[in-house]
Amino acid sequence: MVNRHIVGAHYGLKDWLAQRVTAIYMALFTLVFAVRLSCLPELDALAWQGLFASPFTRFFGFIFALSLFYHAWVGVRDIWMDYVKPPGVRLALHLITLLLLIGYAGWAVHILWRP
Amino acid sequence: MTEAIVSKPAARPRPKYLNAVRIRLPLPGIVSILHRVSGAGLFFLLPFLLCLLDKSLTSFSEFVEIVSHPLVKLLLLGLLWAYLHHFCAGIRFLLLDVHKGLDLPCARRSSYIVLAVSLALTFIIGVKLW
Repeated sequence: MVNRHIVGAHYGLKDWLAQRVTAIYMALFTLVFAVRLSCLPELDALAWQGLFASPFTRFFGFIFALSLFYHAWVGVRDIWMDYVKPPGVRLALHLITLLLLIGYAGWAVHILWRP
Repeated sequence: MTEAIVSKPAARPRPKYLNAVRIRLPLPGIVSILHRVSGAGLFFLLPFLLCLLDKSLTSFSEFVEIVSHPLVKLLLLGLLWAYLHHFCAGIRFLLLDVHKGLDLPCARRSSYIVLAVSLALTFIIGVKLW
């Protein structure tokens, strides 16, 4: 038997949870990154680019980027749902937001994994 | 019918619509709307931030040239505040989610702390990086 929640208290729970999980990950990443930055002897090209050449920064930075884009999707979609009532306009804004974020994800991969 | 209305005026005129300029938000409300505004600002300037990160990793001298412009510095200072406010207010909301600090005095105090800490951090980091 398929037990689907079309309406009711569980509707949107997945996004609600994802918004919080991504927020916690990003907060932890931010703190660790801030500590690593403050440990650099000098904030110059060599140190900055060295930081991003590390496989750790690439791996966890990529997860940060994905978290950011998913988090932004939930938040920005909430804004459109609150303020934009005409269904056509709202759908268009949702699509533009989604496509932009997917594009940014590709861009982030390109930035992080450039040789 | 009309006489009844005339003889008994409403004690307080009730607002017919929400006037965003005349509403006086309580402190937790201000933190909440700024959380939304800062989030929206960060989203709209994501391409700019990705561009800067890209530049900083390919040509650091060009990156330095861009961020040396006073207007860009001002914009980045605004984005720094947006990130820090979103960060601090977000932690407050996560605590409220797990029922920490729900009573009114506590909620007011934590709103004040969020506003103050994010502004103070913006100032400290801003001065360091300017």
